[in-house]
Amino acid sequence: MTQSVVVQVGQCGNQIGCCFWDLALREHAAVNQKGIYDEALSSFFRNVDTRVVGDGGSISKGKICTLKARAVLIDMEEGVVNEILQGPLRDVFDSKQLITDISGSGNNWAVGHKVFGNLYQEQILEKLRKSAEHCDCLQCFFIIHSMGGGTGSGLGTFLLKMLKDEFPEVYRFVTSVYPSGEDDVITSPYNSILAMKELNEHADCVLPIDNQSLFDIISKIDLMVNSGKLGTTIKPKSLVTSSAGAVKKRHQKPFDAMNNIVANLLLNLTSSARFEGSLNMDLNEISMNLVPFPQLHYLVSSLTPLYTLADVNIPTRRLDQMFSDAFSKDHQLIRADPKHSLYLACALMVRGNVQVSDLRRNIERLKPSLQFVSWNQEGWKTSLCSVPPVGHSHSLLALANNTCVKPTFMELRERFMRLYKKKAHLHHYLQIEGMEESCFMEALSSLSGLIEEYNQLDATKSMPVEDFPRLSVAM
Amino acid sequence: MSVVTVQLGQCGNQIGFEVFDALYTDSHCPQGLCSKRENEAYQASCKERFFSEEENGVPIARAILVDMEPKVTSQTLSKAAQSGRWKYGQHSCFCQKQGSGNNWAYGYSVHGPRHEESIMNLIQKEVEKCDSLSGFFIIMSMAGGTGSGLGAFVTQNLQDQYSNSLKMNHIIWPYRTGEVIVQNYNSILTLSHLYRSSDALLVHENDALHKICAKLMNIKQISFSDINQVLAHQLGSVFQPTYSVEGSCHYRRNPLGDLMENLVPHPEFKMLGIRNIPQMSENSLAYSTFTWAGLLKYLRQMLISNSKMEEGIDWHVQPPLSRLPTLGKASLNRELQFNTSIANLVILRGKDVHSADLGGFKDPALYTSWLKPINAFNVWKTQRAFRKYEKSAALVSNSQFLLKPLDTIVGKAWNMFASKAYIHQYTKFGLEEEDFLDSFTLLEQVVASYCNL
Repeated sequence: MTQSVVVQVGQCGNQIGCCFWDLALREHAAVNQKGIYDEALSSFFRNVDTRVVGDGGSISKGKICTLKARAVLIDMEEGVVNEILQGPLRDVFDSKQLITDISGSGNNWAVGHKVFGNLYQEQILEKLRKSAEHCDCLQCFFIIHSMGGGTGSGLGTFLLKMLKDEFPEVYRFVTSVYPSGEDDVITSPYNSILAMKELNEHADCVLPIDNQSLFDIISKIDLMVNSGKLGTTIKPKSLVTSSAGAVKKRHQKPFDAMNNIVANLLLNLTSSARFEGSLNMDLNEISMNLVPFPQLHYLVSSLTPLYTLADVNIPTRRLDQMFSDAFSKDHQLIRADPKHSLYLACALMVRGNVQVSDLRRNIERLKPSLQFVSWNQEGWKTSLCSVPPVGHSHSLLALANNTCVKPTFMELRERFMRLYKKKAHLHHYLQIEGMEESCFMEALSSLSGLIEEYNQLDATKSMPVEDFPRLSVAM
Repeated sequence: MSVVTVQLGQCGNQIGFEVFDALYTDSHCPQGLCSKRENEAYQASCKERFFSEEENGVPIARAILVDMEPKVTSQTLSKAAQSGRWKYGQHSCFCQKQGSGNNWAYGYSVHGPRHEESIMNLIQKEVEKCDSLSGFFIIMSMAGGTGSGLGAFVTQNLQDQYSNSLKMNHIIWPYRTGEVIVQNYNSILTLSHLYRSSDALLVHENDALHKICAKLMNIKQISFSDINQVLAHQLGSVFQPTYSVEGSCHYRRNPLGDLMENLVPHPEFKMLGIRNIPQMSENSLAYSTFTWAGLLKYLRQMLISNSKMEEGIDWHVQPPLSRLPTLGKASLNRELQFNTSIANLVILRGKDVHSADLGGFKDPALYTSWLKPINAFNVWKTQRAFRKYEKSAALVSNSQFLLKPLDTIVGKAWNMFASKAYIHQYTKFGLEEEDFLDSFTLLEQVVASYCNL
């Protein structure tokens, strides 16, 4: 089995990362009753004897001693990382796997990318190499960051290129939180576009997320829980929304609950690689099946169910509802409309007591309402993992490569242009060594190129599907 | 003579387990409906073919398990060991840490050469345990990366290293609506390579097996385990021992050799399919009785109307009155109703087997013009019943049954190829566009050949 390393960069990245590790521990605790360090655990955790000084403490088999996350935590401010190190997860992180600074990136991509990139390049490389050495067979780096700020956006994408150069055979999956329209960081469009260029060129797969969608999901759950609509069958505290604490009040910005959703996404994405099932799906299969052209690697994700049902024996009707929900906008982690756009590819990753006939039945049922590109009319990637997530009897993660991401990118470009035309705040960037206007132009052109590719595919949407003439063979 | 099985990838290993389990269970089935001596001869023959023996008497499957990631093989090994009835050899497993990612090129060009020596060594060890080798049975899927790519590589190696032994590849045809998005690419690459290096391709379609589970076995929530068990039942009904000569009581020694001899008269036509009758849940079995006449009538119609099971057969399809040459490709567009055969083998097991009348299968109208029924049709029998079925009949046929599915896969792969979608994933690992074109060309040839029967 393979291992993955999580690289969490910036405030957003580290907060989400923290939720992820908490959930991962709880999931494995629920599955691994005997306390034996098994291969599933080793995919994200090392087993360490902390009494041994230095590096010799790794234990590969047998009882669990101390679990250490395969993670590298990077932030140019100390606040968030310090909070993690004082919180309940402090023993999960190896103190040698942290890189922090004091001053922060000031919401400036250039500071994150150019200044801190150069300053910390050696250190970051060293930590990454260390974490790779601890892996028997490293398959994937998961990078978690936000696009709108300075550290996650700038430094996060700086290390993407480093990962590509240093570990060319290891996949780079990036979970990126995109800024919503009402984002309070004024320069977020600049930061996002500059970061997009790096994502276009150096990421294998990007899972875009936006805060608004997460917020809408949380609101909907709160509504259902508080209205008592679903009666006593709903447990308010599900692994999806709550962390160690209680359910947050609605008027506060419930970042923890929102972060938990993203954490669940990562857990479900890797479940079929970690646990057994009748149709396994490894991480390298995600890229293989969902990325038909190297640039088009942005995947829309949707998760169901979002609340725990106490009733374990779900009748078929409920199971089918789960599939329908996965294709409803309410369950998506980014605001987009895949049903009215063009699908290039779609993957359904199912967990729990779901069999191939349930999959087939639902694919047949949902297919007619979805539009697929002409050369991939019946292209579905499916996986069945026997182990359900904690607190649920089954779950579904749908990943779609769909042209519906285009409006998100176009909106981003709009907001960028509004700022750039007035040269607003540009001097903060240009005063950084290595930054010139051409950087902005290149980034813009990279994004426009991407949008154009989606445009071309969209243009084929209404055309009739014609078969290409086949080779004719002389008999 | 013995058959060495190579189980490749998740699919190959999951199926392999069910097959050995079915073979074992059948050979130890108490309701053989024959004499004790007969039953013992049957068991011994089955054992010689598929199992070797350990000191304490536990049969060990003559198989090697290969996968590029460890979850499935370790599950398969432990499942067999836990059954307490039979098991796999302790050192018969080869696995790696990271799978092939559904990438045929990765399975063929990276994993293949990298692990060639280890895998071939394992096979050699298993071959050495056999007194006499009938050949290899390779179980693999077409849609994924390991079964398909590594399977093609291993088969090629077997052709080089064991040129005198036969190779039959058991291929799983994926669901039409997809399990893997690049399944059509992986399929055409696999088929074209196997066509050059394998002796026969025995095909099972997931869609067909699924329908059997739904309609005949009445299973509500169908799992891959259910599907694999139906498949294993069909394979068992073909591979279990049968008499070598009409009227004798000695069992055939060379299952693969005999199958090839009867069914693959020409190397251009290698694709074989299985149909089995009756097939039902054990509960229904207790209440059913059959006559050979009835079973064979249904089986014959299943053959000519290209039906995969005994329900929903189109009885209107009949053999053509005169064997006019068909118009090539144009005829494919017409509703290809009648399924022309090249060769057929019917295997009968159970009560009164010698009284069965097989005239219906000897009709020359069923067959292509260049083979007489006397050469094209064969029947094998045994009185020993198969798995509680008082009478059961299996049909292995080399016919046009896969023509439409093959044509569909080639068409879809071609459309994808013309758009260049996903090609970069393959060229990354040493495959070129030329290789794709070669595969397309070969398969269009095969389609045309079957079409013109």
